[in-house]
Amino acid sequence: MRFLNRSAGRLSRHRRKPLAGLVVLLLGLVLTGGLYSLFSPGAQAETSTTSEDVTKGRELFIVGCSFCHGQNGEGVLTDNGTQYGPALTDVGAASVDFQVGTGRMPMAQPGQQAVRKPAVYTEEEIAQLAAYVDSLGTGPAIPDEADYSTEGLSDEERQAAITRGGQIFLTNCTACHNFDAQGGAMPRGGFAPSLRGVEPKYIYEALLTGPQSMPSFSNGNLTPEEKRDVIAYLEETSEMPSYGGVGLGALGPVAEGLFAWVVGIGALVGFAVWIAAHTTRTTRRKDGDIDETGAHA
Amino acid sequence: MSIDTSKVADTNGTSSSSAAKPTKAGVVANWADERLGLATAMKKNLRKVFPDHWSFMLGEVALWSFVVLLLTGVFLTLWFDPSMAEGEYTGSYDPMRGVEMSQSMKSTLEISFDVRGGLLMRQMHHWAAMIFIASMMVHMMRVYFTGAYRKPREINWVIGCLLLFLGTIEGFTGYSLPDDLLSGTGVRAADGFMKATPVVGSYMSFFLFGGEFPGDSIIPRLYVMHVLLIPGILLGLVAAHMLLLVYHKHTQWPGPGKTEANVVGFPMLPVYAAKAGGFFFIVFGTIALMGGLMTINPIWKYGPYDPTKVTAGSQPDWYMGWPDGLLRIIPGWETELPGGYLISWNVMIPILILPPLMLTVLLLLPFIEAWITGDKREHHLLERPRNRPTQTALMVALMTFYGLSWAAGGNDIIAIKLDLSINQITYFMRAAVFIGPVIAFIIARRWCISLQRHDEGKLLHGYETGVIMRAPDGGYSEKHLPISEAEAYTLTARDRETPWSPEREIDENGVPAPNSRLNSLRAKLSTLMYADNVQKPTAEELDEARHHAEHELALQTAMDGVSADGHQFDGTHPVEGESLRGGH
Repeated sequence: MRFLNRSAGRLSRHRRKPLAGLVVLLLGLVLTGGLYSLFSPGAQAETSTTSEDVTKGRELFIVGCSFCHGQNGEGVLTDNGTQYGPALTDVGAASVDFQVGTGRMPMAQPGQQAVRKPAVYTEEEIAQLAAYVDSLGTGPAIPDEADYSTEGLSDEERQAAITRGGQIFLTNCTACHNFDAQGGAMPRGGFAPSLRGVEPKYIYEALLTGPQSMPSFSNGNLTPEEKRDVIAYLEETSEMPSYGGVGLGALGPVAEGLFAWVVGIGALVGFAVWIAAHTTRTTRRKDGDIDETGAHA
Repeated sequence: MSIDTSKVADTNGTSSSSAAKPTKAGVVANWADERLGLATAMKKNLRKVFPDHWSFMLGEVALWSFVVLLLTGVFLTLWFDPSMAEGEYTGSYDPMRGVEMSQSMKSTLEISFDVRGGLLMRQMHHWAAMIFIASMMVHMMRVYFTGAYRKPREINWVIGCLLLFLGTIEGFTGYSLPDDLLSGTGVRAADGFMKATPVVGSYMSFFLFGGEFPGDSIIPRLYVMHVLLIPGILLGLVAAHMLLLVYHKHTQWPGPGKTEANVVGFPMLPVYAAKAGGFFFIVFGTIALMGGLMTINPIWKYGPYDPTKVTAGSQPDWYMGWPDGLLRIIPGWETELPGGYLISWNVMIPILILPPLMLTVLLLLPFIEAWITGDKREHHLLERPRNRPTQTALMVALMTFYGLSWAAGGNDIIAIKLDLSINQITYFMRAAVFIGPVIAFIIARRWCISLQRHDEGKLLHGYETGVIMRAPDGGYSEKHLPISEAEAYTLTARDRETPWSPEREIDENGVPAPNSRLNSLRAKLSTLMYADNVQKPTAEELDEARHHAEHELALQTAMDGVSADGHQFDGTHPVEGESLRGGH
């Protein structure tokens, strides 16, 4: 105790020295920064990546991404104030994994919306890019398979999860992605893509990060279990047989009307022509008869 | 004193005559006839003649799909429960089990998954409804394009229009019954349309829904309309439509032997009954195949209706697509009246004004035309669409308006499937619904007139044989041969038209004739209808054309076998006795 008092006293002697304010400020910054990085979601990802990943990721970033997103991921603004590429300082690893993993980034050309295409980078490179971008700030980490898998649930729990997921899907997703996850139109040439054939990880990441026009469904909004349930519902319905026959693209009444006219009315008018063409007209003629074209038989 | 003649032989045979033993069918028929007296009526009507043409069977498609609707509809009523009472789904479709939903949604899921053949019946019912209305519309266009609505068939045209209108309402009520996400969205939209009616809108809505939307009475009410009220009226109108058809007799295409006073075709029995009966099975089979192979309205994917939910691709069935399209493209116009009352033009114009207006225009078409032409004669011979250019063009313009509005109703699907921007589609359609019909009118009208010129060419110059003739002087021409007399008769079997003009605008005292304004409008419309049409050639023109053709033929015959290829005159051959025109 005496020792403490003495040290405090010694420190206290310096409290009015010119550098004291600076030291306190530094201490405060280190403390808040340290605490923040300890509790922020990005912290988990950092544990699985090395500083070497970050360095390599930075090299890849400088070559492939910095033209639009800036040398330090700070984003690039155009002259009229719109974004050439948005800042990536707080998007997190999940966002990189989604955008680059689904081939949306790097974009082939500017457009209303980045479209899905084969990924340009290898899995290792994507992980390095993600590590680098994650090191720029905060943001959600790449989800673990345990987050979106229904492994380990009993059949009943799984069934309940699917039913719950279906209701969440119909409430939150169908307005843009359509009742059968086939996608839908967004303003000015944008679109909500089809969710069929999309890996569960990417659906989970899209929910977390809200890419492009999509709102983000943070864990406070849809809990990780609820996200898992939505994915379980989507998997269940894509494995389900098409009960009613050919699905007609599952686009709703527009496709049905098209088929009613083309297939239904088309076939029936065809049959009408066929029936009318096969009449009971006799082919046997007597000499001197005149047929419809006026020629003598 | 009377003589009993029953015992007198009336043959020279050795045994007395006796009636042949009647067949079993004959006994039954005789039994029925003695009590019902139908033989006389049947004798006439079983021999009733119907003309044969594929386009006369379009109305039959509508009739037979209506029969399919009645059959499958009865099946569905056995299981459907039109109640909005909430309950937990416990059927066999796993992803919905445990979800709260109304009894109507529950029973529709039960029909789809737990009733044997239920899903097939549901899908057949829905496909049949789509085809019912589509075929009515195609049939109506056939009737209009061929002029089959003219006197004495105007009433039947009106009945047909009412059938189309009621069929649409019937379809909408049926679409709304399952209470799934899609139909609930549709009912919500209908609620909004009603509320857009000035002054009485909200009262109407509260009256129909029994309170605020959705309430718990809308489905039972729609159900009564769908299975009782509207089908009853539809059946009555269909019966009236058919009775008038029998009474008026069917129209026919002009041709040799076909006049305004006869019907050339096949008798009801055995030919036409077999054809029509067979066609029923074809329609039934086509709808059954569609119901069995093509998904329609997969309610298990939509889930139960909940006003907080909506899905992309929420559209009405196709026949309501065109008002929906207009609703999608109209700018958000509204007027606020003093007192805070709002007039929503953006809902009123596309939903409450235009569809009734379209129906009114359709209903009035025969009467407007009759007023312009002043024609009081009966017409049983059809016109070819090309021989009525203005009317054909009018219908094409209406169809273009309809088609563009209809396409606008699927703007989101068009946008994603054709990689377009939904905004640009909207801007395009806003202009196209006005400009498109005008362009279509002009093109269709000129097209018809060109086809009339082609017919005139065939009458006066013969048909194109495809044989190319080279004249000795090097020119080429196609050989034309006269068309057959029967074809010429068919082409000329139409009226000569003259634009109507009022007799006297102003009398000798300078007093304008009554209705002179109306008359000048009528004269203008009559000029539009008739002035540019190509009239059929006169008898003299046809005679002259025939003489000309004979002369040409003679000239060409003279050339047959003469090798006047021109090389005779190249300076190296003797030209004695050679002539360019054979022996002519």
